[in-house]
Amino acid sequence: MSGFDVTDLPAASHPTVGDQAPDFTRPLVSDEYWEDVSLVTLVEDAPVVLVFFPMDGTGNAKYTWIEIRERGWGIGEETATVVGLSISTPYEHKAFIDRHNLPYRLFSDPENAIAQEYNVVHDHDGMAGIVGARPAVFVIDDSRTVQYAWAADEWPELPQFDAIEAAVETC
Amino acid sequence: MSQDTNDADIVVYRHVGCPYCERVVRRARELGVSYRSRFVVPTHSERDIVARVSGSRSVPVLVDNMTGVTMGESANIVRYLERTYGDEQ
Repeated sequence: MSGFDVTDLPAASHPTVGDQAPDFTRPLVSDEYWEDVSLVTLVEDAPVVLVFFPMDGTGNAKYTWIEIRERGWGIGEETATVVGLSISTPYEHKAFIDRHNLPYRLFSDPENAIAQEYNVVHDHDGMAGIVGARPAVFVIDDSRTVQYAWAADEWPELPQFDAIEAAVETC
Repeated sequence: MSQDTNDADIVVYRHVGCPYCERVVRRARELGVSYRSRFVVPTHSERDIVARVSGSRSVPVLVDNMTGVTMGESANIVRYLERTYGDEQ
C-alpha cells in the first residue's frame, strides 16, 4: 500500500470476542475534570468502545480521534460510550481534548498497566523507557464481554472504523 | 477506612498541589470520611464545572450528596466535616 515495508508487530494475545474484558480503574479525563472511573461502571450504561492509542501528540492519536469525532461516534441516544486510553497524563489529555475539540473522555495510564493487561503493549523504538499501547479497539457489552476486538499488527496502523461501527450496531 | 472511592457520596473538587485542597482531604481522611476526587486544572478560566457547581471558580469545593451541602473555603469545609462527621457531633 505505502510502497515500502511497514513494521510488522509481534502477534498479540489480546482478549478476543467472547472473552471477559479485564476490569480496571484509572482517571478518566473530560474537557472539564478527571476522576477515577472503572470499566465496570461505564458498561452499566451502554456498550463501551475502548480505544487504545499511542501517546497524545502522535499523528496516530490525532488522526484516530479526528476520524472518530467526524463519524460522530457515541453522540446521541442508543449509541455506545466511546473512551480512549493512552499513557499520557491527565494534563496532556485535557490539552489534546481541547486542541481537537473532542466530545470524548480519555483514560490516563502512564504506567501502561492496562495495555499490559490487555496484551496490546507497544515499545517505542528510540525512546528509552517509554512504552505505550499499540492501536487497539475493543467493543465491550454490559456483561463486560468482548463483542469486537482488533489490535494493530503493523506500526503505524489506524483502527478499522467501519468494522467497529458494525460491531457497535449489533451490540 | 478512608479512601477515594468511585461511589463515595462526597465529591471534592481540587487541583494537584493546592495546599487548601490538601488540607480538606487530609482532614477527611483523618475523620474516616470517604470522598471522590475530581481534579481540575490550575487555570481558573478553565474551571467552568466548578463555577456551575458552586458559583465560583475557586477550589477546594466539597459536595456532600448525603446532606445536599455544597461549599467552598477550606476552613469552612474542615469545620463542616468535623461538625458533621467528627466524634463531637
